[in-house]
Amino acid sequence: MDHLLLLVLVTPLLGSIALVLLGHSEAAPEINVGFSLVTFVASVLLAAEVIAQGPTIFIGQYFFADSLSVFIAALTAFVGMTTSLFSRPYMRIERDNGRMTERRMRLYHSMYQLFMFTMLLALLSNNIGIMWVALESATLTVLLLVSIYRTAASVEAAWKYFILSGVGIALALLGTILLYLAAARHFGIAGDALLWTNLQSAKAYLEPATTSLAFVFLLVGYGTKMGLVPMHSWLPDAHAEGPTPISAVLSGLLLNVALYAVLRFKGLADGALQNGLPGKMLVGFGLVSVLVAAFSLSRQKDVKRMFSYSSIEHVGLMAFTFGVGGPIATYAGLLHMTAHSLVKSAIFFSVGHACQKAGTQIIADIRGLAHVSPTVGCGMMLGALAILGLPPFGVFSSEFLIVTTAVRELPWAAPLLILALGVAFATIFSRVQSMVFGETTAKPLAHSPALLPLFIHLGLALLLGLYIPPYLHAWYVQAAHIITG
Amino acid sequence: MTGVSSQILNLLAALLLLLTFAMLGQRRILSLITLFMLHGIVVVVSALLIGYATSNHHLYFSAGLTLAVKVMLIPWILHKLVFRLKVKREVETLINVSVTMLIGIVLVIVAFNIALPVAALSSSVASGTLGIALACVLLSFMMILVRSNAIPQVIGYLTMENGLFFAATAATDGMPLLVELGVALAVIGGTLVVGLFMFQIREHFDDLDIHNLETRKED
Amino acid sequence: MNHYVDFISQALEIIVALVAAPLLTGWVNQCRAWLQNKSAPSMLQPHRMLHKLFHKEVVMAEHASPLFRMEPYIIFGCMILACGIIPTLSTRLPLSSAADAIALVGLFALGRVFLALAAMDIGTAFGSMGSRREMFIGFLAEPALLMVLFSASLITNSTSLANIADNLTHRQLAIYPSLAFAGIAFTMVLLAENARVPVDNPATHLELTMIHEALLLEHSGRYLALMEWAASLKLFAYLCIGFAIFFPWGIAEAGHPFALILSIPVLAAKLAVGGALLAVIETASAKLRIFRVPEFLSMAFLMAVLGMLVHFLLGA
Repeated sequence: MDHLLLLVLVTPLLGSIALVLLGHSEAAPEINVGFSLVTFVASVLLAAEVIAQGPTIFIGQYFFADSLSVFIAALTAFVGMTTSLFSRPYMRIERDNGRMTERRMRLYHSMYQLFMFTMLLALLSNNIGIMWVALESATLTVLLLVSIYRTAASVEAAWKYFILSGVGIALALLGTILLYLAAARHFGIAGDALLWTNLQSAKAYLEPATTSLAFVFLLVGYGTKMGLVPMHSWLPDAHAEGPTPISAVLSGLLLNVALYAVLRFKGLADGALQNGLPGKMLVGFGLVSVLVAAFSLSRQKDVKRMFSYSSIEHVGLMAFTFGVGGPIATYAGLLHMTAHSLVKSAIFFSVGHACQKAGTQIIADIRGLAHVSPTVGCGMMLGALAILGLPPFGVFSSEFLIVTTAVRELPWAAPLLILALGVAFATIFSRVQSMVFGETTAKPLAHSPALLPLFIHLGLALLLGLYIPPYLHAWYVQAAHIITG
Repeated sequence: MTGVSSQILNLLAALLLLLTFAMLGQRRILSLITLFMLHGIVVVVSALLIGYATSNHHLYFSAGLTLAVKVMLIPWILHKLVFRLKVKREVETLINVSVTMLIGIVLVIVAFNIALPVAALSSSVASGTLGIALACVLLSFMMILVRSNAIPQVIGYLTMENGLFFAATAATDGMPLLVELGVALAVIGGTLVVGLFMFQIREHFDDLDIHNLETRKED
Repeated sequence: MNHYVDFISQALEIIVALVAAPLLTGWVNQCRAWLQNKSAPSMLQPHRMLHKLFHKEVVMAEHASPLFRMEPYIIFGCMILACGIIPTLSTRLPLSSAADAIALVGLFALGRVFLALAAMDIGTAFGSMGSRREMFIGFLAEPALLMVLFSASLITNSTSLANIADNLTHRQLAIYPSLAFAGIAFTMVLLAENARVPVDNPATHLELTMIHEALLLEHSGRYLALMEWAASLKLFAYLCIGFAIFFPWGIAEAGHPFALILSIPVLAAKLAVGGALLAVIETASAKLRIFRVPEFLSMAFLMAVLGMLVHFLLGA
């Protein structure tokens, strides 16, 4: 089992090094896909083992996997793989259009694998300090990736990301230190106080005042990486200016990992405080995020910015539902996490190709996708419908569960949620409709677009909506148990 | 834990606070880098002192690491950046110095208030200084907000990390060495990346004034 | 017996102040000259100048009001009283019950008010300008000075300077960060209030850059002598306040008549060192432009408040 975990972690790291050396070659995208595939297979095998055996500690206390972390790890590896499939033709077209050079391709691919490595390290590490280091390194790789086009706007987006993320991460470090302080009282000052497994078992002994302060800092810090309002202003810029595969990965992966960190800490804080404060804070931030994002959607002229605000909205929804707590809400949150990752990355796949076809990211200038490239247009339409919560896609089930739980637990919040969802629906649907239908003069693409990842994701989302396989259901229930403690 | 070490630590903590305020009010970039070096030296000395007083030898390593990274490597990189990029030597602030200082005082009071119940928990020698560490973090945060040039913002970020390191040593006699190594690596990596970045900023906008980077607003 | 010693120490303090203050000014000028590689006039030069001025005739504007005639005496009286209250030689002073540290600040403020009024009384342009600037600086420096005194009072639980000095002498030797901050703040306030570089150049002859000197332009003869003497006394007083709070060792305590004798050379030594340091600071700094003075003084205020906060937090 140790070997599987090592394989999961070492493969992207090796991939990064390999791509530094080979990144300029023509086959670099294929190498990228290869490494991502190996990572995915290893993570699935690991997941199977962990589900069978229960929560496990690996390699002498340094790594840890239970149903929750291994589930998100498998999801991460999956989305990483499909995005690398998408990035193959996409980046080739970008290079042909002149926006990428050989050197930048090398940087892009190696940073991509390095980013996957940091994500997986953050998920599988047992040491909250190492998790922090992994997320900080993820910040750095994203910084390089977002600015890869070297335009003025992308440099600006990356700088904003650096400042906001940097401050957020520093606050998260402060929270980590405070949590260590609270735990050190029980465990003594040694490395043990930083381990998840120890913290989980000693939840009740953590000093309340310090733990609540620590949780506040951790929520604000990791919440910045999640995209919670008011720390969200880096998100639209980063999505709009970076290459589309990175937007897909940011929305589909990084948000999830940050949410995972927040959830773990919420579990600890709930155990220590017993007063529901963490839940209330999550509900508050979540609700504000949903409302602000929904009402900001109509002002966006750039399609990627619009969908990035949609990501903020969904992250807010997830925060809200995890904050409400309880088995159904947590199950709904996990389902939503999966469905959102799949559907949002699918949308970005289709949006990426649409923008390449139209040569612009401005919504008003993209028209008639259905005529020029029926598959891309169809994909975008389906993706938009899926993310808006239309049945029978998975997002509908999770949103339904969230709203019904809200009606039961927090009646005053339910109308706000429904209002926000409705506003988002109207805005996105009208924009997407105008993009997909209408007349256009766009030209065909040089390389055939990556349709496989797009439709795999949509298919899975459909599956989630129609029929959740029993093993997946059991998986969710296990994970929900872990979160609610 | 003898009284003398505790007193010297208090003095060092007060000096740290003083240096952070000095950085907040400093306009010239080269002086800012020097102050940052001094800041790092004070943090290193306090880590060494705590390590000596509590016989916690891994703190010597952490202190040595911080010395190498924050006092020598990073100021050297920053100097190189300032000269290569021909950065303007004086920076304007968004709000004037006096108001900045007053807001800084308010932040210090807030930090001290927050830290009092937490510091009572710590059994470490320097528990009283947790408030000062938190104050340093908040003040560096303000430095990032108030400066309109890229290099002071980076220095503010690094000062924040210094303050956090000091908080870790003050509250819990330092984090485990593995984590310290990771943090140091992240800091070096970050500075290198940001340093490379500044060349990008320079290329597109002729100076490192952040106002150039604020053109992207909500449309 | 103790009663007599107290009265003697009080009288001695005032006499020492009167004699030593111009000497101090002469010493500071000497140090400045040495640092600037010039040859200095002797330390007795200010005394000689006072002697000369007292024998000169007073020339006064025709429309000067009685206020202008009274003002030098009032200011001189304030300064003498201040020097009497500050424990320079001994902490048992009969006059110390007249005013504690906060009232002392009020005393300096009284002096400043009359100085400003007198300068405006004549109605010349430079006089009014000087008054405005003097009040401006005083307005900013007073809170800082008060904060410094508050820090010291919080540590020693008393606002009387004599008690503060007494208390601090008797404590164990310890490093007080709050006093360190207060010390820096106090130095900055000293520079501002006594019209020293970097706030004001005492040797300037350009009226537009004058702050303190501008207020003296209309005085002559014995009035000018009194004003100059009062300025030296103010510097002496400030330095002694600094010594009382930050270096109180050597001040005679109650009931030790011989310690009183010893305290004079100790004071002389402290003043020599203090004056030299002042000269060093003056030589090393450049005069600030007038609109940067608020920054300088808000920095002083900040240091003082920080000292207080650090005292609350660290208990030191």
